[in-house]
Amino acid sequence: MNALALPPRARAAVLVTRGVNALSRHLGMGSGTVAGGHAGLAVDPELLAHLAAGRRVALVTGTNGKTTTTRLLAVAVEGALGPAATNATGSNMPQGHVTALATSPPGAAAVLEVDEGYVPGLVASLTPDVVVLLNLSRDQLDRTNEVRMVASRWRRALADAPRTVAVANADDPLVAWAAQVAARPVWVAAGLSWRADAVGCPACEGRIAFAEPPAAGWSCTCGFSRPAPDVWIEGEDLVTAGGRRTRLRLQLPGRFNRLNAAMAAAAAGALGVPADEAVARMGTVGEVAGRFALVTVGGSRARLMLAKNPAGWVELLDLVCPGHDPVVVGINARAADGRDPSWLWDVPFERLAGRFVVATGERCRDLAVRLRYAEVDHRAVPDPVAAVRLAAMRLGAGRRGAGTAGAPVDVMAVDGAPVDGAPVDGAPVDGAPVDVIGNYTAFHDLLSRAAGR
Amino acid sequence: MSLRVVVVYPELLGTYGDGGNGRVLVHRARWRGIDAELLEAPADRRLPAGDLYCLGGGEDGPQLQAAESLRDDGTLAAAAAAGTPVLAVCAGYQIVGRSFPAADGRPLEGVGLLDVTTVKAPAPRAVGEILAEPLAQALAGLPTLTGFENHGGHTRLGPGVDPLARVVAGVGNGDGTEGAVAGRVVGTYLHGPVLARNPALADVLLGWASGAALAPLDDTEEEALREERLAAARRGRRAAAFRRRVEAWRR
Ligand SMILES: [Zn+2]
Repeated sequence: MNALALPPRARAAVLVTRGVNALSRHLGMGSGTVAGGHAGLAVDPELLAHLAAGRRVALVTGTNGKTTTTRLLAVAVEGALGPAATNATGSNMPQGHVTALATSPPGAAAVLEVDEGYVPGLVASLTPDVVVLLNLSRDQLDRTNEVRMVASRWRRALADAPRTVAVANADDPLVAWAAQVAARPVWVAAGLSWRADAVGCPACEGRIAFAEPPAAGWSCTCGFSRPAPDVWIEGEDLVTAGGRRTRLRLQLPGRFNRLNAAMAAAAAGALGVPADEAVARMGTVGEVAGRFALVTVGGSRARLMLAKNPAGWVELLDLVCPGHDPVVVGINARAADGRDPSWLWDVPFERLAGRFVVATGERCRDLAVRLRYAEVDHRAVPDPVAAVRLAAMRLGAGRRGAGTAGAPVDVMAVDGAPVDGAPVDGAPVDGAPVDVIGNYTAFHDLLSRAAGR
Repeated sequence: MSLRVVVVYPELLGTYGDGGNGRVLVHRARWRGIDAELLEAPADRRLPAGDLYCLGGGEDGPQLQAAESLRDDGTLAAAAAAGTPVLAVCAGYQIVGRSFPAADGRPLEGVGLLDVTTVKAPAPRAVGEILAEPLAQALAGLPTLTGFENHGGHTRLGPGVDPLARVVAGVGNGDGTEGAVAGRVVGTYLHGPVLARNPALADVLLGWASGAALAPLDDTEEEALREERLAAARRGRRAAAFRRRVEAWRR
């Protein structure tokens, strides 16, 4: 479809969207994605539906992993379907979707990250080809009740969407309940790192019984149980429809990113992209919006990771925990993080025992007390750059002192090295970067203070 | 025999990291050479015998379920009557009272450990940092209490309880007092969790539970956190007073 085929009102709205975005960028008011979308929707409230007409559309939602999965899916379909319209800057509400569509070539496939609350509206107005439902759990701002309400709204939306393929996480009971009514579900064994919000059965209010890992599976006495997966990971391989195996090689670290990739591959399959092609393309992704980026902070190399809620923290602790090196953990409690950091006590920081942890950020004192009771060796350093530097020094000293196999890191030599600020492609260099995990604004603070970004 | 700290129904009453209170108690006992264990007691089983019980916050549905289970079970009321210390926070505080409100405001029967009744407060919810000066005789000499509150109830104290503290910043019970104490049952709206931010209160409960004289611990980090939170709450209070003056002046 060509922009000229849009109704006149939508055409005007597109021009307004582009104009306002350009102006907002010009005035330095941010990346220019929300303001324009807002203006465009004011001109034509039906704008999204008009812009989506004639495109292949995939929506990606869930509490954790949506930005990464959106990116993986967009990259996976690019070979077969051409460059995709996608809201890469993470503005995952309708304003951001308008901008993504209005600034992309007409007819380009759309892969959109969607805030959990906007799924029903978008499913109704865009009739997407695919909806990817990753997981549902509490974040700092909403609690369990809200999460259940979201699941029932998804369920109603999917019941009314006969054309839409629901790629759904079979391991998450709330997601399974929502997608159970979908006309065309594709079940993926995508794991569940946080069960606390899933123990109540959404079908009968009873209690869900989970199998003990590594066994998968869950069921309730009412008969509601884990759907048999169509797609899963077995060892190094991704297994898709008909038992077809593809070796899954990613640059992104961690088991949860492999599971995100499984979801993306299943969605790509629903859009007609074969698994081996999707997987090959996903393997080129090294970082997503700064997550897992290798950067230089105050002269020290660091790998930045973002955890926004207890489930996300559990995933990242799983990722960093096999090691012995120092870790930096940054905590803020601004509006975007939630003003109340009591959730720190829901996160199993005990898993960091044996590591040296530098607590940083505006609420590093709360974290320091939490680590004291987790009996984890730590120091509070409010300034994040100084915190990374301290961890890097301990890392270097530890490696030299212990005479481990990794190449010794000379912190002084890293200082002022030409890689300053630039993300370095590929997996972390052996022995080099310090792992840094931050919650939302702590992560973004560090990202902006990484020189040159 | 080891000191048993029971966290009551963590799957129903654990909204604000309140499980942390149990962990704080157990570690503070162990660091003094007192053998202690943490028992997380699920709602679908009989409540185990304990030397100290902790109840946390929860949402409307789980709160009602917890109150019904505790009344049917009877263990907690019997333990409290026998002098076992109980710390009840937020929704837990409301359900150990005489009655508390359902989501629609209808009064529901509580467990009755404290002579308090909670009613639905007019909107908005009380959300934010809270500071309170301890009042109750049993807690005389405790330093200022600091925590975070997030609730939609006003709690009225009956003659059978003493207020735990006087509110300096925040809302608390809604009448200038915060929490309630009767015997060794302590109810409070402070989470954070409350014992991590107020180790002196943790030690009062531990002293009651163990009967032992407790050696001081190095609480440098708790002190640093307390200083920061006390300053933040006072700043918040000054800002609120300033806003009120500006409002009054504009009218
Ligand atoms: Zn059930």
